[in-house]
Amino acid sequence: MQISRIVEKMQPSGIRAFFDLVLGMKEVISLGVGEPDFVTPWQIREAGIYSLEQGFTSYTSNKGLYKLRLGIHRYLKNKYALDYCPDEEILITVGVSEGLDLLLRAIINPGDKILIPQPSYVSYGPVTELARGVPVYIDTSKDGFKITPKLLEKYIDKKTKGIVLNYPINPTGVSYRCKELVDINKYLLKHKILCISDEVYGDLTYDFMHTAFPTLTGAKKNTVYFNGFSKSHAMTGWRVGFACGPKEIIAAMTKIHQYTIMCVPITSQMAAAEALVNSKRSVEQMKREYNRRRLFMVAELNALGLKCSRPQGAFYIFPSIKCTGLSSMDFSRKLLEEEKVAVVPGTAFGSCGEGYIRISYASSFDSLKEALVRLKRFLEKRK
Amino acid sequence: MDEILEILEKDGRASVEDIAKMIRKKPDEVKKTIKRYEKEGAILKYKAVINKDLIKDNESEVRALIEVNIIPQKDLGFDKIAERIYSFPEVTSCYLISGTYDLLVVVEGKNLHTVSNFVAEKLSCLENVRGTATHFLLKKYKEDGVILKHKSENKRIAISY
Repeated sequence: MQISRIVEKMQPSGIRAFFDLVLGMKEVISLGVGEPDFVTPWQIREAGIYSLEQGFTSYTSNKGLYKLRLGIHRYLKNKYALDYCPDEEILITVGVSEGLDLLLRAIINPGDKILIPQPSYVSYGPVTELARGVPVYIDTSKDGFKITPKLLEKYIDKKTKGIVLNYPINPTGVSYRCKELVDINKYLLKHKILCISDEVYGDLTYDFMHTAFPTLTGAKKNTVYFNGFSKSHAMTGWRVGFACGPKEIIAAMTKIHQYTIMCVPITSQMAAAEALVNSKRSVEQMKREYNRRRLFMVAELNALGLKCSRPQGAFYIFPSIKCTGLSSMDFSRKLLEEEKVAVVPGTAFGSCGEGYIRISYASSFDSLKEALVRLKRFLEKRK
Repeated sequence: MDEILEILEKDGRASVEDIAKMIRKKPDEVKKTIKRYEKEGAILKYKAVINKDLIKDNESEVRALIEVNIIPQKDLGFDKIAERIYSFPEVTSCYLISGTYDLLVVVEGKNLHTVSNFVAEKLSCLENVRGTATHFLLKKYKEDGVILKHKSENKRIAISY
């Protein structure tokens, strides 16, 4: 059977082999996990169980349960003074991942270009290609892992249709302050480039208030805003996210969604609706815990000589390992083999991640401490 | 609540150095604050939470929750009589509560016999104690926010984006 050329070309790459190596090994301390170490708060799990007991086992409307869309409408209104109409401007998706796929398929005509600042989450490029678009990767490693209008200027042309802006950023933990976003927004509006804003880590911003992109002047009609429950509410396995945007774009996305997915599982939607009403305290508690680990890890890593600037959000740190002279992949592989500590090589997030590793601090404090002891031993051997 | 207390409430063994890094303060400052809390009595003591069901050579131990009805004393209210009760070493906790009785007293003893002896011979005969109702504890599920179960193993995939 001839596999589609686009799929054939998609990279499984060296990373896959490394991941398999990690998964095949026992008693590894993993700092390579991209999800919370907390289980979903009980009141949310209980709402899921209760919905099953009540016999909620059917399809929902394609857009998602009205109750949930209304909850999201209220959440955005309270938190950011954003007003998205629950009937026409909100779509419930299977995580942010599905939402991004829908959007890219909904807007791309063959050859349209999508800007993707790197290092970035791994799906943006391949999903763009599947939609017959052309990903244009922007190397941000020399600009503090952030884009600026000046940097964008080098990458845009007439074919540029949109930019995937993710902040706080997986894998670097870096985020944008309001002022920086204002400049980016002005630039995007001027050049009619759609902002595809993946803000799934927005609730996990520590040093300053998170700015939702559509709150910027004139941005709402030029932005599709993505968020979900996975990270902030420790609900990765439930697979619930949402997209908010101009009604014609949401309508186009809903068209694809109704043919491919139909609707998000009702149990997950019921649980997510509860999450919006009743879990502020649990979310705050988790955030405080992440913050302590963040400050602790940054201090320790810098003391070990792995230079890292303080990340402002998510649960990742992206330290430089250039001082060891090893490549990201060699470093990660050796660290795993010699000390049984797993991290993700920076190159997994784009070639400009060379010289860095991603460390996730979504692990218990005890594991973090043990991992640091091993990391220290590993580095001392190389002095 | 102060973050230092929040950290220590979860992990009484957290070191001054680690706490300092977690909240970006100087170790000396953290140390001073903890000392102050200890002096003021905000931090009373540090102890381990033990799941006694898992201790093999455990001398059997019985726990009872006792509802106590008391006659309050003039000027002193409930406090004086409460003090007489909670001073017994058998009493591990003692609370004044609203509702149909006044004090909730938690008592620990080697066996049913020692606990009932304590109730019959010490507690009930106290002047001002009008009546008691004793509930023996059958199983502990959760105590002070800790679920008494084996730690569940990690269910996450070891590596993911």
